[in-house]
Amino acid sequence: MPNMSLKKTPMPEQAPDVRNKNFEEVALGYDEVMAVGEAQRCLNCKNKPCVSGCPVMISIPEFIAHVARGEFEEAYQVIAKSSSLPAVCGRVCPQESQCESKCVRGIKGEPVGIGRLERFVADWHMQHNAKKAEKPVSNGHKVAVIGAGPAGLTCAGDLANMGYEVTMYEALHTAGGVLMYGIPQFRLPKEIVQKEIEGLKEKGVEILTDMVMGKVLSVDELFEAGFEAIFIGSGAGLPNFMNIPGEGLVGTYSANEFLTRVNLMKAYKPEYDTPIIRPKNVAVVGGGNVAMDAARTAKRLGAENVYIVYRRSEEEMPARNEEIHHAKEEGIIFKLLNNPVAIHGDENGRVTSIECVEMELGEPDASGRRRPVEKKGSNFSLDVDCVIIAIGNSPNPLIHSNTPGLETNRKGCIIADEETMATTREGVFAAGDAVSGAATVILAMGGGKKAAKSIDAYIRSKDN
Amino acid sequence: MFPILKKRALNDSMTLMVVEAPYIAKKAQAGQFIILRVNEYGERIPLTIADYDREEGTVTIIFQKVGKTTLLLDTLREGDSILDFIGPLGKASELEGYSRAAVIGGGAGCAIAYPQAKALKQLGAKVDMIAGFRNTDLIILEEEMREASDCLYLMTDDGSNGNKGFVTDALKKNIEAGANYDLVVAIGPLPMMKAVCNLTKEYGIKTIISMNSIMIDGTGMCGGCRLTVGGKTKFACVDGPDFDGHEVDFDEVIKRSRTYSEMEREATREFNCHLMEGAKNA
Repeated sequence: MPNMSLKKTPMPEQAPDVRNKNFEEVALGYDEVMAVGEAQRCLNCKNKPCVSGCPVMISIPEFIAHVARGEFEEAYQVIAKSSSLPAVCGRVCPQESQCESKCVRGIKGEPVGIGRLERFVADWHMQHNAKKAEKPVSNGHKVAVIGAGPAGLTCAGDLANMGYEVTMYEALHTAGGVLMYGIPQFRLPKEIVQKEIEGLKEKGVEILTDMVMGKVLSVDELFEAGFEAIFIGSGAGLPNFMNIPGEGLVGTYSANEFLTRVNLMKAYKPEYDTPIIRPKNVAVVGGGNVAMDAARTAKRLGAENVYIVYRRSEEEMPARNEEIHHAKEEGIIFKLLNNPVAIHGDENGRVTSIECVEMELGEPDASGRRRPVEKKGSNFSLDVDCVIIAIGNSPNPLIHSNTPGLETNRKGCIIADEETMATTREGVFAAGDAVSGAATVILAMGGGKKAAKSIDAYIRSKDN
Repeated sequence: MFPILKKRALNDSMTLMVVEAPYIAKKAQAGQFIILRVNEYGERIPLTIADYDREEGTVTIIFQKVGKTTLLLDTLREGDSILDFIGPLGKASELEGYSRAAVIGGGAGCAIAYPQAKALKQLGAKVDMIAGFRNTDLIILEEEMREASDCLYLMTDDGSNGNKGFVTDALKKNIEAGANYDLVVAIGPLPMMKAVCNLTKEYGIKTIISMNSIMIDGTGMCGGCRLTVGGKTKFACVDGPDFDGHEVDFDEVIKRSRTYSEMEREATREFNCHLMEGAKNA
């Protein structure tokens, strides 16, 4: 008999006023009893609407049925067929707009907690299964993957499963991309990311760090070195600024810099040398997940007042509801319908305040969201010693500017076929933020997966 | 891991290291830089490439022991390895098409300035090199600078080498004496580069300066190295490190360079204490 509770089994969490002072994970995960109980809410629909909402097409009802029977390792094997990073996805996927949005149980009540179950299964596997992944038999073909973020890791994992010899090139000193430098420890523990990456290495994927492709090696040189196809997943790493006065003041960070100092460079741990300003009062500009991450990180570094400054209203915020909810619980102050016009500083060039203007919502714009309009003369100042700008990123030009034949669009995104992820250069495929502009981890993974499939088809067609 | 093949003290505060980094050596060009991390707990710091040898697969760096990271780097010996060594980053210097150049180095900046002089000379320019140090004991690379230029002017702040004055004094004297420079390259402390630019602006001589900003990744991702050039935001790591010195907002750059100076002083003090304790216990 299915569990007919209308609500998801609640996720155990650290209390807000405890967790906003530490970097431990916020959500603690289901135990076995909770997982089995939640899995029993699944009706195992024949037409599996949830699967159509998953960018990597995990066979969701199948893995959940195993969980309901307490067959956790079997459940993991089902997920592993489609996803190389389940412990990551179970934590950071926006399930509410993907798989769970299609769940029949969601029509009357809450959908099945698919994300929470995925996380449980992946964590259970990590804790209970010490067996190393097996290296598939090599098919003798070599593929290079540029960028070891979500798109590249997925593409590499799928290709390795098919028997390809994959070499990954990563610019930073650690593989993982945004999973390591961007998403904070309290939302996605770095140990978990590294364990998933270890799994790829066990399958034979070689990862070379400290390699800034486009600078140290070109795409042409990779082809000369015998790679038959190349995947580019170089991400959207270039931070956007607002182009308002005062952005050069000391204490103004891009969210990328602030988060990288804390996450990748571990500035929050005393044994690391990375310096960071530990501000008292912080304004984070933006309304996406990155803005929430930056605000919650600033709070954990000891800030007293952390403001989210966003020019539209909460309804238009691109951040996940869960992140907004968590941020509010932790004491982040939302300054909505406010737009920064200048950052002010003292004689040493250090931030002292941010000047904003109030906004109101007008007619819908091209994105369908109501366009914010300035209220004339409503300027006011917030006293802050730090401003973090989280208004998005653009693709990094380092690779395409050094690769003849690789075309980009007006925004600097690599042009790739939506289905095959093939670029304008033969044998070169691309996906993730480098193609779409800044988006989500799972969309990048979906793209990496499609690319792996078409790289396989491409190399087979050449072989015949 | 990147093995240190050769280490040489240039004076009490400056060290030269030859590092095995074949991929970088193959691509490096004058003006580009590397980022290194000494160990797992270390910062990532940028250092300009002083020299490279494509055949040997080596890159030469020269650094001044100014803070914890450079002091830590200096504790490594020949045969030890640097954990991370990343590059070549930034754009190569554009030095073609000039006939008469002055290359100016200030202190540690001379290590980066003299390869520029060498490159300009190879491209056919007549090159004066003006090098400034606080005193005669700090002079480094004199032979190299002499070889790289047609004429070397060595200045000391205190006159202890018999030639008292700032680099700007020598530059001004040469310009007034009719040296028809069509390019000035200035590399050194920010106040020195600013002073050179103020002077050359008066004479309308194109001036290239090289930035050594605070940065993390060196690929455009953090934006920490941003500066205002001609009213526009530029990133030293991908748009530079060379910029038209007359367009740079030096006052902003100088303030940004001090972002962490207090923390750096504290870290350096602590590190020196540990070193002393270590020496006592040894």
